[in-house]
Order: sequence, then structure tokens, then C-alpha cells
Amino acid sequence: MTNPSEGTFFLNGKDFANAGNASGSLKKVLEEMGVPPPLIRRASIAAFEAEMNTIIYAVAGIMHYYVTPGTIRVVLQDMGPGIADIDLAMTEGYSTAPDYIRDMGFGSGMGLPNIKKNADSLAINSVVGEGTTLEFVINLDKTA
Amino acid sequence: MTLQELAKGLDVEVLTGDAKLEREIAGGYVSDLLSDVIGNAKEGFVWITFQVHMNIVAAASLKGLAGIILVNGRRPPQDTLQKASEENVIIMTTPLPAFEVVGRLYELGLRCR
Repeated sequence: MTNPSEGTFFLNGKDFANAGNASGSLKKVLEEMGVPPPLIRRASIAAFEAEMNTIIYAVAGIMHYYVTPGTIRVVLQDMGPGIADIDLAMTEGYSTAPDYIRDMGFGSGMGLPNIKKNADSLAINSVVGEGTTLEFVINLDKTA
Repeated sequence: MTLQELAKGLDVEVLTGDAKLEREIAGGYVSDLLSDVIGNAKEGFVWITFQVHMNIVAAASLKGLAGIILVNGRRPPQDTLQKASEENVIIMTTPLPAFEVVGRLYELGLRCR
């Protein structure tokens, strides 16, 4: 793999027209760096779900990625409503998404569980009324 | 089976990405929930759905899906088609309901694994 790489994408709440662009760009970066495809797949899925959460729930946010020879680290920081009960939010099928979001096929309560499933570690810090920081890491020395 | 053969076997109209129709299909997945598709569909699968908004393109592109089949004669808005062309994502539409589409694809030998 080439040298470490990092970058930041800005996310605007409710901007469905550009939703997926940040995780799509991250995927391209990882491809260009020669990261093994199974790991790119896992990172892209986790990044997409986190990006969608920001776009669906927050006013705005950023996605920052940092890739070293050992890990892919992705941090999403948003200005959103915050998560009151993180354990509950991690429960598959639980969602607070409004109806019009569900009509688009989002808000099925699978986003955070999908991130957890695909990442080697996941940390969420949230303050209700202020926002949420979500950080996940994918180890590059693992091949599955 | 290739997308070309699928298009012949089903009553589908190809809306974007004619150029890549010789691509081999690895399997199929049907869902209207995007996280379900992202979590469970596999690369090279064809995705059968009722959803037409532009985020289906991002999901298909992210997963490296072979194409999207819209059911019940659903037609995506222009922004979805535009995005699909940019991302080289194939979108097809059929007047058939999802149940019929999946049944026929299964008969043609497509599986979800």
C-alpha cells in the first residue's frame, strides 16, 4: 500500500441528492491505495450507513478518514439531535426515522447494526441537543 | 446468465447503461430497504425493488451490483437516471410485480447466494 492518506467530506442534512458521495469517494481512495477489496467493501458499507445517518438526522456534519498501513479510521461528527439511548439505537429494527424517510427505504433500524457488523471497532459519543460523534476502525492486517 | 439474457427473458426495458449488458449476474436480491440491500446483497447481484429515488444508485454502485430492476412499471425521476448514467449503473424497468420477476429469475436459474 502507498503512504498514509487522510481527508474530510462535508455532509449537509437532508441533501439526498448528494447522499452517498462521501462514502463513494472514500471507496475510490481505498481502491487507489490498493486496500484489499473485502476490506474496502466493509469500510464502504459502514461509511455509507454513517453518512446516511448524518444526512437523515443532522443539520450538517463531517466525515473524516485516516488510512495508515494498519487501519482505516473513519470519524463522523454531526450537528444533530443526538442519541438519547445508544444501546436502544444499536438494536436491529429500532428507528426514530419519520415516515417520509421510511418511504425512501431508509429508517429500517439496520444502519448502526450494519456499521457494527462491518467494523472491527465502533465508538459512539452523543449529547442530546448537540450532536453525535461516531468512529469506526477497520484493521488492515485482517483479511476477512 | 448475463443482463442481456435476463432482459430477453423478462419483459424489461433498459433505461440506463446499455453498454454493460454483457455483464454476468451472480445472483439476485429483492428488497425496498436500502440497509437490507447494502447489508445482504452481494457483488454482481441484480436488485429488484420498488424504490426509484436517486440513492438507489449509490447503494448499487457501492455494492457493485450488476443492475437494478424496477417493478410495477416504476420509472425513476430524471435525477436518478442522470446519476445512474454517471456511475455506470444499469437500471431496468418491468411492468411485472416483484413476485413475478423473482419467480421468473429463479426459474431461469438465478439464486440468492
